[in-house]
Amino acid sequence: MIVDKKSRLFLAAFIAFLGIMFTPNAVLGSGHDSKTEEKAAHADQSADNHHANGAQDHDVSTAANQAEGSEAHSADHGSEKFDAGKVIMDHVTNSHGWHIAGDLELPLPVIIYNKTQKKWQVFSSSKFEHGHAAYLGFTAHQGKLTSTTNEEFMDFSLTKNGFSMFIGAALLLIVLLSVARNYKKRGVKSPKGIASFIEPLILFLRDDVIKPGIGKGYEKFLPYLLTLFFFIFFNNLLGLIPIFPGGANLTGSVAITGILALITFIIVTVNGSKDYWMHIIWPPGIPFGLKFLLIPIEIFGMFLKPVVLMIRLFANITAGHIIILGFFSLIFIFSEINEWIGSGVTVFSVAFSIFMSMLELLVAFLQAYVFTLLSSLYIGGARETHEHEESH
Amino acid sequence: MGLLESNWGLPFWMLITFGLVVFVLSKYAWKPILKSLREREDVIDGAILQAEETKLEMEKLKSQNKDLLKEARGERDRILKDAKSTGEKMIAEAKKNASIEGQKVMEQAKAEIEQQTAQAMTELKKEVSSLSISMAEKIIGKKFEDPKEQSIYIEQRLKDLETMPSASKN
Repeated sequence: MIVDKKSRLFLAAFIAFLGIMFTPNAVLGSGHDSKTEEKAAHADQSADNHHANGAQDHDVSTAANQAEGSEAHSADHGSEKFDAGKVIMDHVTNSHGWHIAGDLELPLPVIIYNKTQKKWQVFSSSKFEHGHAAYLGFTAHQGKLTSTTNEEFMDFSLTKNGFSMFIGAALLLIVLLSVARNYKKRGVKSPKGIASFIEPLILFLRDDVIKPGIGKGYEKFLPYLLTLFFFIFFNNLLGLIPIFPGGANLTGSVAITGILALITFIIVTVNGSKDYWMHIIWPPGIPFGLKFLLIPIEIFGMFLKPVVLMIRLFANITAGHIIILGFFSLIFIFSEINEWIGSGVTVFSVAFSIFMSMLELLVAFLQAYVFTLLSSLYIGGARETHEHEESH
Repeated sequence: MGLLESNWGLPFWMLITFGLVVFVLSKYAWKPILKSLREREDVIDGAILQAEETKLEMEKLKSQNKDLLKEARGERDRILKDAKSTGEKMIAEAKKNASIEGQKVMEQAKAEIEQQTAQAMTELKKEVSSLSISMAEKIIGKKFEDPKEQSIYIEQRLKDLETMPSASKN
């Protein structure tokens, strides 16, 4: 169940990503937080420099030459070689500030509960100076705080993903409340404006997903499941926008999908009928000996369902982000070898990125749909009461 | 931070935000939206049902109308036929009456004429006889001394005239 089609795509992407990371051309660099745009400039400039100086042959093929070239342009620009792995990880993971373009970064609040000192510490993420500086004994690297003085702490910061979630939630509220207003105003007349876009989705979810999934008494779960769908859908779409208000990999972070799966798990558990629990604790219609084999499997399955929900959404969305970033990284990797190859690869990369973006639009809807569908199936399964003995 | 790691902040903010979003949306968005969707469905169902009922009623009315029309037509035909026969009867009667009346008038006229003619004849005879007498007197130059005798004579002559063939009539 876990290894569905998209997960396989994710695996493929992951392998490609590993390949990129360990390519001899892309030497793993350390530290600096510079972004793809800068890198493009650097790569091109370095190529130009090499050309102009005539110091180095263009067709560098050996690792030694690569290293030398790397040193040469490091000296010129104070920067390292392009590191695709780091760039991709910077983009798909959380961070304490929101990098917008160049040196422009939206500072976000860092909130720390210091267990050692037993106090709250709140300050702006700009104090970290793009990850270069330590502040109050903390450093930030790829969204992870480290205490330089080995203090115990809990990081409650409103990070990039958290802020993106606020934007997504605000958008969700604006859109859906205006839709609701439209209904209040127009009564039973046909929907107009944005409501005519949202209404088919609501009807589809209500009539084809939630109603057949849960069955009788489905109305009680409509608000949660509809919110679930639109929350995932909106944030998926927001994540596909490459510039500032979007681009955060929110629905591709385990914390978000984990909380959503946890809520579904709680609803399923709370609404579990006697039959549901009996199936887990004492599976009916099975030989006595087998029961002891099945009980742990059933209990494991009970927890596996939400975990699957969590991983599916996280893996799909992260995979999409990684693949698109991977295609863009190819441009810079090849540009470091040769500017002509680089520009040739650009065409290929852009074409594939567009293709992937289209696919991701579909995935954005599909994953929101799948999450809602499975949630309602799990809830429906837990509420079901049946007489049958053998059809387990 | 790895892909499978998270700080405490994100799930914490997520729980708060998502909880709020679910609360606000279920109260201010899903409730009115789902309510008006249901209402609209009810209205549409009702309208379809009503349309069907109206159709049935229309058909009923149509057949009723047909019957009425048929009845009306029959009535009309009957009335027309009645009127026609009455008219014919009236005309026939009128004709009969008229002819009877005409005959009566004619007969009356005839009788009167005859009567008048007879009267005129008598008068004429009287006149003629007195004239002839006076003429005869003049011719004869003799007067009957006795008027009694004279009138007997005249009577006799008149009788002779009457017995004469009807040459004097025309």
